[in-house]
Amino acid sequence: MKGNEAIAEAAIRANCRHFFGYPITPQTEISAYMAKRMPKIGGTFLQAESEVAAINMVYGAAGAGVRAMTSSSSPGISLKAEGLSYIAGADLPCVVVNIVRAGPGLGGIQPAQSDYFQAVKGGGHGDYKMIVLAPSSIQETVDSTFDAFDLADKYRMPVMILGDGMLGQMMEPISFPDSADRPTYDKDWATTGTKNKRRANVINSLYIQPEELEQVIWAREEKYREIEKTEVKYESEGLGDADVVVVAYGTTARVVKAAVKAAADEGIKVGLIRPVTLWPFPSEIIAKTAKNVKAMLSVEMSTGQMVEDIRLAANGACPVAFYGRTGGVIPTPDGILEQIRRMVI
Amino acid sequence: MEIVFQRPKALADVPFHYCSGCSHGIVHRLVAEVIDELDIAGDTIGVAPVGCSVFAYNYFNVDMQQAAHGRAPAVATGVKRANPDNIVFTYQGDGDLAAIGTAETVHAAARGENITVIFINNAIYGMTGGQMAPTTLVGQVTQTSPYGRKIEAQGYPIRMSEMLATLEGPSFIKRCSVDSVKNINDTKNAIKKAFQNQMDKKGFSMVEILSTCPTNWGLSPVESLGWLRENMIPHYPLGVYKDIDGGEKV
Ligand SMILES: Cc1ncc(C[n+]2csc(CCOP(=O)(O)OP(=O)(O)O)c2C)c(N)n1
Ligand code: SF4
Repeated sequence: MKGNEAIAEAAIRANCRHFFGYPITPQTEISAYMAKRMPKIGGTFLQAESEVAAINMVYGAAGAGVRAMTSSSSPGISLKAEGLSYIAGADLPCVVVNIVRAGPGLGGIQPAQSDYFQAVKGGGHGDYKMIVLAPSSIQETVDSTFDAFDLADKYRMPVMILGDGMLGQMMEPISFPDSADRPTYDKDWATTGTKNKRRANVINSLYIQPEELEQVIWAREEKYREIEKTEVKYESEGLGDADVVVVAYGTTARVVKAAVKAAADEGIKVGLIRPVTLWPFPSEIIAKTAKNVKAMLSVEMSTGQMVEDIRLAANGACPVAFYGRTGGVIPTPDGILEQIRRMVI
Repeated sequence: MEIVFQRPKALADVPFHYCSGCSHGIVHRLVAEVIDELDIAGDTIGVAPVGCSVFAYNYFNVDMQQAAHGRAPAVATGVKRANPDNIVFTYQGDGDLAAIGTAETVHAAARGENITVIFINNAIYGMTGGQMAPTTLVGQVTQTSPYGRKIEAQGYPIRMSEMLATLEGPSFIKRCSVDSVKNINDTKNAIKKAFQNQMDKKGFSMVEILSTCPTNWGLSPVESLGWLRENMIPHYPLGVYKDIDGGEKV
């Protein structure tokens, strides 16, 4: 199955029945798949008039207590920023897919990771976070989609799946987890109608009293701290005796793995950290690793965004170099190997 | 003793923050009365806008969602699609519905989304202190049209009811006013029909209500009613613009 279709099917199997989208390359297969499947299973597929409308439909549906989802690519995610901020501010669960393309502006449709800042630092206004999952295989994309809905419901917050055109178009064999094994969540806060049996529920992000708003924001921060403690996910290789450790996520991590293997074949002691959650960021393992290695290298399809978080985590314990290709250019194993070689000279 | 006048059950027992002479309070009451009379409070979800009526979520005794500026019809679409048996209404000002949220309004109407839209047209941005609205009349002085709205610079006011009536999606569109007892009664009937249509699954209904904003018009409440009659009604004729049940149109 193609990555984009795998996300759509996984969402349906994770009991998402409400999808609101707006066409944009390279993620249109998600909408197309939803358009075909949703009507057959009593779900809603709605092509909105814009990404702004789509994310606000998600807000309404999520607030009404159902699993809701939207997907887009970079320029569309910029338009969703307003809605994401409101969703975070109203503590609503939802899943947003960003199949990233090159920017800024209309940019290009080829794979990129230049929306890292937008995804992990907010994108919309205000003090808020999204959980950001960055799968690097189609199976992991499927698993991430299931996880995304559970995390969203568990913490009542937006969860983003960050991919790129390469993952979206790639085909790999997959198996789907069983949704029956998943927890269910009671949504007694949702606007389902009081049925004259309870007090009215309100979905809202407005607080006129500064002290009250501050309290709400700090309470949310506490939830974020909890997530940073419990939900970090990463993959690592060869950290034990490494001189150099490369950090990369998503599509780039696949290329980096080939480069790391080639470097190891040359006798270079090189390890890999692949963040699966970009927020919460695997800062702890990076901090620990930085103390034991000569240097770290961040490889990204951007001009250098995640590298800032690696440097913060490393906190000066070792130099952190950066190698990136951007604009839709995918780094090659040779290009990365060349960088690794330079670091051990 | 017979009770002849009391707070509708669908209206929460809290003081409004609206200025004296503001139409928002009247229209809130009408909506609440209709919800009571149709006995739908338990199934109703309201969507509050950004504008002076942003706190509508505190005033209606039903489940409420507060939407971003202009996005109420999209939010209402999500709410309705999630639970189609619920009754969903939006309550929006003219800046919200006819400027920043034009696309959301037009497309919810075009889809025939089965929701009810209550549209407060007071020809000005109330909440932000009296700036020009898409509905501000030609020549009308506002904070951002200090020399009066000029066609060359600011173009023409939008007649939303007329515009949306050209679409096939809506089932009912009527422009009303709350400047007199007769018109208030008429407005209530229109609101009731707009909710009833949704219950009967007829699709999108909108009631546009010409309203006063004494504070930002710089007039007394009574003068405001006069200004509405003399200036707004001629430009925004009252009446039915669309009714799939075949009612008489303007
Ligand atoms: C995105 C965004 N832009 C601008 C504002 C500021 N703002 C708040 S209310 C408002 C205008 C409201 O006017 P209207 O919809 O006519 O409602 P009224 O206050 O007159 O009832 C504006 C521009 C905002 N809250 N959000
Ligand atoms: S500013 Fe105008 S619209 Fe707002 S409450 Fe006062 S009178 Fe009403």
